[in-house]
Amino acid sequence: MAIEVEVRLPTVLRQHAGGQATVQANGETVGAIFEDLLRQFPLLKGQLLDDDGSIHKFINVYRNDDDVRYLDKLDTPVGADDVISILPAVAGG
Amino acid sequence: MLRLTDATYDDMVAHALDELPNEACGLVGAAPGTDKIERVYRCHNAAASSRLYEVDPLDHLKADRDAEGRGLEIVGVYHSHTHTDAYPSPTDVKQAPDPGWHYVLVSLKDPEPVLRSYRILDGAITEEPVELERR
Repeated sequence: MAIEVEVRLPTVLRQHAGGQATVQANGETVGAIFEDLLRQFPLLKGQLLDDDGSIHKFINVYRNDDDVRYLDKLDTPVGADDVISILPAVAGG
Repeated sequence: MLRLTDATYDDMVAHALDELPNEACGLVGAAPGTDKIERVYRCHNAAASSRLYEVDPLDHLKADRDAEGRGLEIVGVYHSHTHTDAYPSPTDVKQAPDPGWHYVLVSLKDPEPVLRSYRILDGAITEEPVELERR
């Protein structure tokens, strides 16, 4: 059975997702959810993943309160009650 | 235009001083569609450096949620420059995530701290006026 979860998008990505702040996506891992997001919103291409297929370095992705880089990255499992949040990585010099 | 109160202005400057010798960084929240900063969210500098900053990702998440709970949204980031002017560095411009954000710089180069705000759109830096509401 497909699992549908809530994905929260940062303001800078909403323009690529019909202006929505929160969208629904199907998948049992963060990677599968990203694939579904890219199917639904092709304009997100290049915003979520780096050229080598890993999580883009300019975003941070959370499963609830946990940064998925410290879990299993794209393989991090996701359940129906989880919320995935995407925020820009904010850095500079 | 960026509008600050004494409290939000002082908080950013105080944070910049508190964090010496490293750069300080944090996020600012405003009601959607407004330019008046209502909340200053001090964040850890995950880079812990005098030349670089990286807003701690979990601090960012907490700030984002707190802002949402108050009917606000994160509308910008501030950070300090410990030895250079209050002007975005090439690294700041390259990594600026959101063209809608305010980019606030606090320079501690001179004895008196200097706070300025910028917009960064497609790599182009535009300074914006900062209006201080004295209470």
